[in-house]
Amino acid sequence: MKKEDTKPTLEARRGFLARLAGAATCAGAAVGAATLGAIPAVSAKTEAPPPGDSFPTKDYDWTKHQWGFGVDATKCIGCLRCVEACKNENNVPRNAHQFRTWVERYVHIEGEEEVRIDSQSDPVNIEASGSEKEFRFANRYKDAKVDKAFFVPKLCNHCTHPSCVQVCPTGATYRTKDGVVLIDHGYCIGCRYCVQACPYGARYFNEEEGVSDKCTWCYHRITKGLQPACVEVCPVGARVFGDQKDKQSPISLFIRNNRVQVLKPEMGNAPNVFYVGIDKEVN
Amino acid sequence: MQPIIDFVPYTGWVYPNETVFEWSILIAVYPYLTGLVAGAFTVSSLYQVFGFERLKPVAHMALLTSLSFMIFVPTPLLLHLGHPERAFNSTITPHLTSAMAMFGFFASFYVALLILEGWFAYRPFIVDQAQKRTGLLGKFYGLLTLGSHDVSENAMRYDRKWIFALAVIGIPAAHGLHGYVGFMYGSLKSREWWSSDLMPVIFLFSAIISGVSLLAVLYVVSCKLRKIAVDLGCLKGLAYTIWAFIMVALVLEGLEFANIVYKGREGVDMIMQYVTGPLLIPYFILQFAVGAIAPFLWLSYMIWRGTSGRALVIGVTTCACLVLFSVFMMRWNVVIGGQEISKTGKGLMSYQLHWGGKEGALVAVLLTMAPLGVLYILTRLFPPWSDDATHAHS
Repeated sequence: MKKEDTKPTLEARRGFLARLAGAATCAGAAVGAATLGAIPAVSAKTEAPPPGDSFPTKDYDWTKHQWGFGVDATKCIGCLRCVEACKNENNVPRNAHQFRTWVERYVHIEGEEEVRIDSQSDPVNIEASGSEKEFRFANRYKDAKVDKAFFVPKLCNHCTHPSCVQVCPTGATYRTKDGVVLIDHGYCIGCRYCVQACPYGARYFNEEEGVSDKCTWCYHRITKGLQPACVEVCPVGARVFGDQKDKQSPISLFIRNNRVQVLKPEMGNAPNVFYVGIDKEVN
Repeated sequence: MQPIIDFVPYTGWVYPNETVFEWSILIAVYPYLTGLVAGAFTVSSLYQVFGFERLKPVAHMALLTSLSFMIFVPTPLLLHLGHPERAFNSTITPHLTSAMAMFGFFASFYVALLILEGWFAYRPFIVDQAQKRTGLLGKFYGLLTLGSHDVSENAMRYDRKWIFALAVIGIPAAHGLHGYVGFMYGSLKSREWWSSDLMPVIFLFSAIISGVSLLAVLYVVSCKLRKIAVDLGCLKGLAYTIWAFIMVALVLEGLEFANIVYKGREGVDMIMQYVTGPLLIPYFILQFAVGAIAPFLWLSYMIWRGTSGRALVIGVTTCACLVLFSVFMMRWNVVIGGQEISKTGKGLMSYQLHWGGKEGALVAVLLTMAPLGVLYILTRLFPPWSDDATHAHS
């Protein structure tokens, strides 16, 4: 092949390569821009509630409420009526291992460095109640010198940035516009990634139904103007529930009149269960 | 009958819901299989892309191994799901913020790539068989030619370009797939044992050593079965690869552990209690000492002394088996170990492994071994042996 014959071919090839480089740059920029755009979408901070106005009934508009929950640990007496009411109300499996809400007991014994912690599901407490269907705290510290002791009710924190919602592969778990984290049991595949992701241990897996489950703040009740079952039965008012959009609601007053804190704030989940009267060991 | 819910014994303070162990041994098998896929593909790429000629005898087997194991990657997950019939929900309507939702896409893309690369690599063989054979097998190969019988030098050159390109794309695809598996654990902030930026990289390097080791074992076994001599150059090449990557894997794991201990965040006391207690044997003894440091030292010795012949074959095969075991222990220690440390940072659970049941040890062993059965069938249909006259082109 003569030299002059190759020249146009080379030029054409160079031209092609230049165009290719240009195209690659444009494509790269587009991909880069798309990536930048996608980052906020997948980050834990930007969970947007799904669209829609009126849910679940015609009479209830979920854009008009922002539910919140308060726990005054100084009031809790550990009677566990809340736990039993929740199990009854929400068909939670009748065993000592799966709960939508539970109560923790913290006991400082004189001379001991570590706090002793148990909940109603502790084998000693189950033995005291005599059944996995009824719950009570065994009086196991009656002979000990107790320095300080208190109860802490726990439940799903209905986080503003819920880890469970972030990791759910199908979107079966989601955050409603009124600030409640729910699970669509008809869509959950039962992978339990959400159970692993929740920093608070609020979720469990319902083996019989093959789906994850957790506290819904009794969504079926609150959307009808009722209180969650646990709040309803609490004899001492340790559990407070209400609409944060209503400045005179129990929860708004609870948050306004107390120095409240949330569990594991370092997780960045921004819980919506607010605590009063818990100690440094509580997490 | 097995209880429907697996309650586990625990010590200290754990959340009530944590007393049910959610991710079983099958979830440890899943990253193990994925790792073998990525590692085996690495060997194929070292030959196809980086021109490691001495790995030629295992290059095609690497592709077949990768494919055989990839077919089984979703099985432990499907067996674990509460509603396996809804598994495709995560692909049809993926939740874009979920690391797990992307799995279907990554995996499908990678399987397609593997099949395509395999097809190009085996095309001359398929065409040859389609022309030679009659009957059902002839029809089978005929179908696989996809109507293209052109095996001229020009066509081969074109095929080689494709193989190269697919192998190049395959490197990020295979390693991305596995790095992503590491991300699934590393991105969970709920557990200190998992929540680490290094997790994806650690998964990746352990994947590479496991895949290369698997190929070393398979290669030696295949030579014994076919009654031919082991190509010592090839085996040495595999040994060097394991040696180099095991070093990185060890350093990364060491760094990871040092980070947890040195930062000493909340819950570190429980982690220390755990690793020096229940995890002492599975973590320090089995995963590190027996499975990683011993083969590393042995391989170093063999490289230093220039060991050859039977001693090399036995040495490398044993080391490879140890590495395969070590990497499984790593998966176990991450998946099971992570769940044994309570989210409260104040208690430990103890996983009870059952033999039977849907998520028992027997199923786990079967799922890990099943790909070997598929590989056996594939090697009969598509012989990967480079010494064979019917071998596919390079």
